[in-house]
Amino acid sequence: MTSPNNSKPLSQQAALVQKSLAKRYASERRFKAYGLASVLFGLCALLVLFVEIFGGGLSGFKTTQVALTLELDSDVLEVYDATNPDEILAGNYTGVIRNALKERFPDATGRKEKRALYSMISVGATYDLRDQLAADPDLLDTSIDVWILADDDIDTYYKSLSSVPYAERMSDKQQQWVQDLIDKQEIRTIFNTRFFTSGDSSEPEMAGIRGAIMGSLLTMMVTLLLSFPVGVAAAIYLEEYAPKNRLTDFVEVNINNLAAVPSIIFGLLGLAIFINLFEMPRSIPLVGGIVLTLMTLPTIIISSRAAVKAVPPSIREAALGIGASKMQMILHHVLPLAMPGMLTGAIIGMAQALGETAPLLMIGMVAFIMDVPGAITDPATVMPVQIFLWSDSPERAFVEKTSAAIMVLLMFLMFMNAMAVLLRKRLERRW
Amino acid sequence: MQDTVIESKAPTAKTVQVERTKKTTKTESNAMNAKRSPTEIAESITETVGKPLAQNAKLAMRNVNVHYDQKQAVFDVNLDIAENQVVALIGPSGCGKSTFLRCLNRMNDTIDICRVEGSIQLDGMDIYDSKLDVVPLRARVGMVFQKPNPFPKSIYDNVAYGPRIHGLVNRRADLDDVVESSLRKAGLWEEVKDRLESPGTGLSGGQQQRLCIARTIAVSPEVILMDEPCSALDPIATAKIEELIAELSQNFTIAIVTHSMQQAARVSNRTAYFHLGRLVEVNETEKVFTNPDHELTEAYITGRFG
Ligand SMILES: Nc1ncnc2c1ncn2[C@@H]1O[C@H](COP(=O)(O)OP(=O)(O)O)[C@@H](O)[C@H]1O
Ligand SMILES: [Mg+2]
Repeated sequence: MTSPNNSKPLSQQAALVQKSLAKRYASERRFKAYGLASVLFGLCALLVLFVEIFGGGLSGFKTTQVALTLELDSDVLEVYDATNPDEILAGNYTGVIRNALKERFPDATGRKEKRALYSMISVGATYDLRDQLAADPDLLDTSIDVWILADDDIDTYYKSLSSVPYAERMSDKQQQWVQDLIDKQEIRTIFNTRFFTSGDSSEPEMAGIRGAIMGSLLTMMVTLLLSFPVGVAAAIYLEEYAPKNRLTDFVEVNINNLAAVPSIIFGLLGLAIFINLFEMPRSIPLVGGIVLTLMTLPTIIISSRAAVKAVPPSIREAALGIGASKMQMILHHVLPLAMPGMLTGAIIGMAQALGETAPLLMIGMVAFIMDVPGAITDPATVMPVQIFLWSDSPERAFVEKTSAAIMVLLMFLMFMNAMAVLLRKRLERRW
Repeated sequence: MQDTVIESKAPTAKTVQVERTKKTTKTESNAMNAKRSPTEIAESITETVGKPLAQNAKLAMRNVNVHYDQKQAVFDVNLDIAENQVVALIGPSGCGKSTFLRCLNRMNDTIDICRVEGSIQLDGMDIYDSKLDVVPLRARVGMVFQKPNPFPKSIYDNVAYGPRIHGLVNRRADLDDVVESSLRKAGLWEEVKDRLESPGTGLSGGQQQRLCIARTIAVSPEVILMDEPCSALDPIATAKIEELIAELSQNFTIAIVTHSMQQAARVSNRTAYFHLGRLVEVNETEKVFTNPDHELTEAYITGRFG
């Protein structure tokens, strides 16, 4: 009862407290400072990452065009009826463009120079021209002024002029021509819509992310449809029905183990079972989705179990006490209350799966696929794999495509994380 | 203000005083027990003193033993609860009141390690029969818990939940009627009739508890079990709930666990005193609080342990 402090006079004790107070405040300030420093460090890392990617990648969303006057001469095109799809398809658009280039740069002489001149325009330009003619058959035998797609070497060179010019793949003559175009304001960069509307291509200026986005969406759809119901059902069974014994302990430990298995192992499993054993086709979102389901299931089960566990027992008792059956208790009370937590876990699992590359490499989703997939059985690739493919390409123009693709992927991830936060806020209820 | 409400309804304050002076005489007369500790006394109890049995028993418990794993929480309890009677269960914490109460509508089924032995009959029907379905049982024997636990749903849905899952009413108008009459019986209607769609969790603690009572009576149970229904409430809310219990006792059979002896004295017809899992004494409430038969009961109501 009588501690040494109690026996001291009051004023003395107050002084002691005062002294210890100063110390306590100091240590509290230190504690806060450590936390703040950690947060700042994290923010800095994020900032560096963003500056790096955005700095290199924003130009990937732009593409370079050259102004040309094209003579849509039916003899050169070998198209005499512009309403006939077969003729349109077989038209010689390259010839038209080459003629226009020769007209514009008469100083190109000799085969080598001419080849250099022709290579300044992308093959994509011929497709654009074909589409334009198909859309407006009256253009046949007229002369049109158009902006047409430049080749990736021109694109890279032109974009680099503002900082350190990159002319490795440009001849002196080509550089002169570009300068001439600049002087006459016949070259420009515009927003690259093709990047969002087309699939992969070996020509950087024509390559787009759409195929990968669709592939990712299809794969995610399969993953979500499989892993969410299975994960929630497993979590509810384990929490509400499973008896507490050795077997369930064993299952619990192994779910946690599964969550820690490197993802490439799941890829190997998918390869061995779905492709080699069941002989499903390679490279398809269906198999990719199943493999990613195996990978995300543990995450979803663990977070769903936590959500179910967090439902207060008083609510269960209330339901049971009024005569609800166990299933009614779960469906009417536990599930609605646990849903925000479950959804958050599912979205985090999906975000993980969206960024996953290794297991998909194993099941062949790394192939070069130009077509945009439309179904879960179409060959496809996904965004992170597309990034991997582009980052590995020799063409310099793919560097900025890589950064641009990373930005798109990050946008998706941020969107999903924002959704998770929003859902939690919207659905959260206090009890 | 609050206290006067309680005091005016509480005859016990004085009686307890009287009790204290009487204490010595009784202990002396029980000279044999004088040197034994309450624990020893409780552990030697084999038979309940007083009148544990009743004529028109709604609930009849015989030789009820409850174990949690190895640990026994209730020892060989025999007790009748008569129709339309209020029985108060009192005793020090941890003496097994809640455990015993939860046996009566088989809420203990939810605890894996809990084992109930003996027979508990509701109107002569064994409720621990392996063929019996607990769902209709719990509709007949409702429960109000210590902490108000409304569902995180609207007030209306809280009350309507029971009738809905038991399929008691089919038409919306009938359901409305059930909700209104239940809320009226619970004395909550006037306070919430304009906001039936607002969440039940937004009410005050006392209102929440009355909502829980309304939810329980909405399925027209025959017996209502209450486990310290006022322990989380302020005195005004407590007084309201006590009034409510008095009214409900006209139509329902009620077993109520309480920590407050005044409350037991105010609301109950009979009082059962538990100690260390043994049912020590059952008698008319009046008698328990004025002239208990057992020395442990006396020790408890005079506040020698709690
Ligand atoms: N779920 C449980 N698991 C194990 N022991 C329990 C459980 N609930 C209660 N007990 C034990 O049973 C005894 C009686 O508890 P309880 O019925 O809650 O007492 P009271 O309601 O009278 O305070 C206590 O010793 C307590 O530790
Ligand atoms: Mg209790």
